Amino acid sequence: MSRRTGARIVGAYEHPDRVITGKSVEQVHAEVALGALADAGLGLEDVDGYCCSGDAPGLGPISMAQYLGLSRLTFVDSLEIGGSSPVAQLGHAAAAIAAGKCRVVLITLAGLPRSGAFRPIWAAPEAPFETVYGPTTPAMYALAARRHMHEYGTTAEQLAEIKVAASLHAQHNPNAFLRRPVTVEEVLESPWVSEPLHRLDCCVVTDGGGAIVVAAPEVAKDLGRRSPVLLGHGEALKHGSDGRLDLTYTAAVRSGPTAFEEAGVTVADVDYASIYDSFTITVLITLEDLGFAERGKGGWFVADGGLLAPHGRLPVNTDGGGLCNNHPASRGGMTKIIEAVRQLRGEAHPAVQVPNCEIALVHGTGGSLGSRMASVTAILGVEE
Amino acid sequence: MVEPRTLPAPAPTLTPETEPFWTAAAEGRLLLKRCLACAAVIWYPRSHCPLCGSRETEWFTGSGHGTVYSFTVNHKGEGAYRGAPYVLAYVELVEGPRVLTNIVDVDPAAVTVGMAVQAVFAPTGEGTALVRFAPRREPGGHRTD
Repeated sequence: MSRRTGARIVGAYEHPDRVITGKSVEQVHAEVALGALADAGLGLEDVDGYCCSGDAPGLGPISMAQYLGLSRLTFVDSLEIGGSSPVAQLGHAAAAIAAGKCRVVLITLAGLPRSGAFRPIWAAPEAPFETVYGPTTPAMYALAARRHMHEYGTTAEQLAEIKVAASLHAQHNPNAFLRRPVTVEEVLESPWVSEPLHRLDCCVVTDGGGAIVVAAPEVAKDLGRRSPVLLGHGEALKHGSDGRLDLTYTAAVRSGPTAFEEAGVTVADVDYASIYDSFTITVLITLEDLGFAERGKGGWFVADGGLLAPHGRLPVNTDGGGLCNNHPASRGGMTKIIEAVRQLRGEAHPAVQVPNCEIALVHGTGGSLGSRMASVTAILGVEE
Repeated sequence: MVEPRTLPAPAPTLTPETEPFWTAAAEGRLLLKRCLACAAVIWYPRSHCPLCGSRETEWFTGSGHGTVYSFTVNHKGEGAYRGAPYVLAYVELVEGPRVLTNIVDVDPAAVTVGMAVQAVFAPTGEGTALVRFAPRREPGGHRTD
């Protein structure tokens, strides 16, 4: 699909702020939208497709299009699969462009969880059997971490290595929320949140957002900007509807192969990966699911600087990721795409730029590893 | 030993499909749903079978026995759970399903994956009860932990 359409990411913009006061969520949507369009050299009048996640203010794209001033829309999408939504929408936008439904799709993400504006998940059928027992987001991920430790001998030290790598990358990002490098010992000595996860196993809570612009190749050609191309894309859900939920893998076992097959590449071809990192365990299990590490060997893969740019086994999250840089609106999918764009454009910080970066993988995770979740994998390449 | 805290027992939202589960719990019984077509034990309870699609299902009383599949000592409870650490867990019932629950009546530091547990029931005060699990007692009254 994507190879045939050749849809390109022509603009990308991450909001520079991590604490935002005195603004509404829709304002932040507008700021990142205009930032991404400016990066592309396009204006609101060029946009004929728009995607926001289900947490956007008002009645999804209807309210937001009016607020933003998008009056030429022929394609909209307010998909809600948690933090993986923008990664899914990247694929949907490319498909819509291929289908001739639109030429320029704007995808925005924004929220203010640090400053108080946070919308709850609506009542769900499973909720009565879970919420009464006091589940929290970290606690549910902790259940996955514990089981992985039990089955494969994964250690807290190995999980801590993932945070250490993120912090070593984040020191080069002037906008990162946490810029100070940390050690394995500091992670292990940070307070418990939900055992076996410590405070430093968790991502940051930040305001802000980001946006990308996806456009047809004939649009990209005239913009004079390096425009990564979407080579492959896969989406999958996992929910344990059989009542025998297995906590040791994610839906990436299905989204990954779909994306790799569509792109016609393998894990060995990937130069850089943005891996969703709500918690350290999220990264470790995803690396196994995608085939970068053997099942149960994720702990070995991340140890000894395995995730460090530029020369680790697989440079991961060179912006500092959600663990140190940014997790705007409590959703990490958008920033994952943006750092992959920087890498493929050669515009990452020189200290973490992967030399000759030609293939990047972006992986989004929505929902919870501890219950039901979405996985979306996108594989990007430099323009042909 | 850390004295385990008394956990809150918020009343679950009832639907016609799930009300029997919660009212039976108030009588000290763990009700489960079974598919009459494919014999699967269904979790969470619902009217149809999510494995084969049959709408022929029946309630039956489970043993209340299981083992800890995974657990966390949660130090950052929210809402009514704010306060001292408590144990959130998946228990694998001997009938098959893995159910989210709390492990109670035990020092959180003593909980392990694989620990044998049995159901205990925490009244909500609204004619329902939550299904939690405690270390299994041997017939003679001694715990196996």
